[in-house]
Amino acid sequence: MSELAVEAHGLRKAFGTVLALDGLSLAVPAGSVLGLLGPNGSGKTTTVSILATSLRPDAGRATVCGLDVVRQAAQVRRVIGLAGQFAAVDPNLTGRENLALIGRLSRVGRRQARVRAGELLDSFGLTAAAGRLVRGYSGGMRRRLDVAAALLHRPQVLFLDEPTAGLDPESRFALWESVRDLTRTGTTVLLTTQYLEEADALADQVMIISAGRVADTGTPAELKARFGAVVFHLDFGRQEAAEAARAALASAGFRPQRDGAAVQVRSATGSGELTGLLRVLDGRAPDPVSVAVREPTLDDVFLSLTGGGRAA
Amino acid sequence: MSTIALAPRQDAPRRVAAAASAVGSALSDTADVAWRNLRTQLRTPQALVFATIQPVIFVLLFRYAFGGAIHVPGTDYVDFLMPGIFAQTVAFGAVGTAVGLSGDVRTGILVRFRTLPMARIAVLGGRTAADLARNLLVVAIMTGVGFAAGFRSPHGAGGLLAALGLVVAFGYALSWGFASLGLRVSDPEAAQAAAVPVLFLLVFTSAAFVPATAMPGWLQAFGTHQPVDALVNAERALILGGPAAHDVLISLAWSGGLLVVFALLAARTYARLGR
Repeated sequence: MSELAVEAHGLRKAFGTVLALDGLSLAVPAGSVLGLLGPNGSGKTTTVSILATSLRPDAGRATVCGLDVVRQAAQVRRVIGLAGQFAAVDPNLTGRENLALIGRLSRVGRRQARVRAGELLDSFGLTAAAGRLVRGYSGGMRRRLDVAAALLHRPQVLFLDEPTAGLDPESRFALWESVRDLTRTGTTVLLTTQYLEEADALADQVMIISAGRVADTGTPAELKARFGAVVFHLDFGRQEAAEAARAALASAGFRPQRDGAAVQVRSATGSGELTGLLRVLDGRAPDPVSVAVREPTLDDVFLSLTGGGRAA
Repeated sequence: MSTIALAPRQDAPRRVAAAASAVGSALSDTADVAWRNLRTQLRTPQALVFATIQPVIFVLLFRYAFGGAIHVPGTDYVDFLMPGIFAQTVAFGAVGTAVGLSGDVRTGILVRFRTLPMARIAVLGGRTAADLARNLLVVAIMTGVGFAAGFRSPHGAGGLLAALGLVVAFGYALSWGFASLGLRVSDPEAAQAAAVPVLFLLVFTSAAFVPATAMPGWLQAFGTHQPVDALVNAERALILGGPAAHDVLISLAWSGGLLVVFALLAARTYARLGR
């Protein structure tokens, strides 16, 4: 599994005066899932567009299955599939017609395209809607059809650009399941997302990008250990009480951050740490008015990366 | 030695076969995209209705509302009018190419096409081919309406068909021009707004509705040296009778020249989308 399906070195891309990618490098081992995590404008879509041959880098080079994405773009297109953030299916064709068209344009034979379209409609739960015009589909159905369209020619590498942005939780989970099925068959997946949770659920490796550069990279477990598995949010109602609690927790070895009348503590081990936390507070600070446990968000991660969190 | 000598001889036919299969794929991709565009147009009937109703209204309007006030020496106004209406219709129909392509830019389907192993020319070739088919339909409908309104095509069916051939050839060349525009703007309304004034200028300074001799000299200088005017003159020569060869050649030269320039321009715009 040491063979690399996707490799990029020093990718740079500017749109006018805006630098979208500033020397980005990445490597995705064959058969694995890389999650590209970052906020809007961090360069995720630009990266995917370059790797999927729809955009030329200003500098740097990238290969997919050993093929250069600029010089061998035509061959690269035979081994990749792209499902975009903006579901690129034709609203005025039916689901089946969309797949048939894209299948033929993907150089799958006419008959083979029909068979494959049937299989994919089935596995994405779209068989019942296959004969309906896509303009009547829900957002989740469109997105699933978009992913199905990217899989018609059985690509070795699949690019998913924010596949679940704007989807309701049920559709999101269904799409996750489909991606997991794919990786079981050995497809290499590069997906971009704004959700830490999504990267955690799907990716073998996560790469955090910010302002067109790689800010950090690791397995979801490593990143969680670094940024905390959960965040405790203790509300004390009054600033003085919160400050007393922060001081007590800091002296006990926790890394609390005061936020107005509340204190936030990141924990690497999980919600079980709450007992210990409350024990520290016992007698040294007023009881919190409310306690909430939440998943770390991308904000937490970025706070940590910029040093704001860890120093506190 | 013999194997070395044989290698190039085997290579040549293989290269020819590869080229032939590339051309075959490009044609089949173009047909697939054209099929998609036609089907999409049939399913957005408002667009098709707009494309056919407007010219029909123009025929009726000019024939009955303005026709009584316009006198063209030597011919019935409706026979004079129809060539102008045909030209106007395909000219404005070309806006559809820009609107359709900019829609593809906006929905993101163009990005998908650009990452598929399809022939690159098929996106533009398929779009313009579909618009050619639509023009054929619209021109056929208008001919019917024209006949109902008293159009008689005095020089016979052969002349009429030749004239209609020139019309759709011009429409095809023009739609390649608007393809570039459509690729540059991701907003169909903007594409339409940019295209319409240019067309108004070309159509209404030509001899489409009134003889050019009725215009002041400075306007005539522009109006009589542009492709719509050339087309209308060639059509009239074919439909009304008279020496046609010269006008037909000028119109064909315009359409052929525009097609080459516009197709190169559109191909370049398409190739630069990823820069």
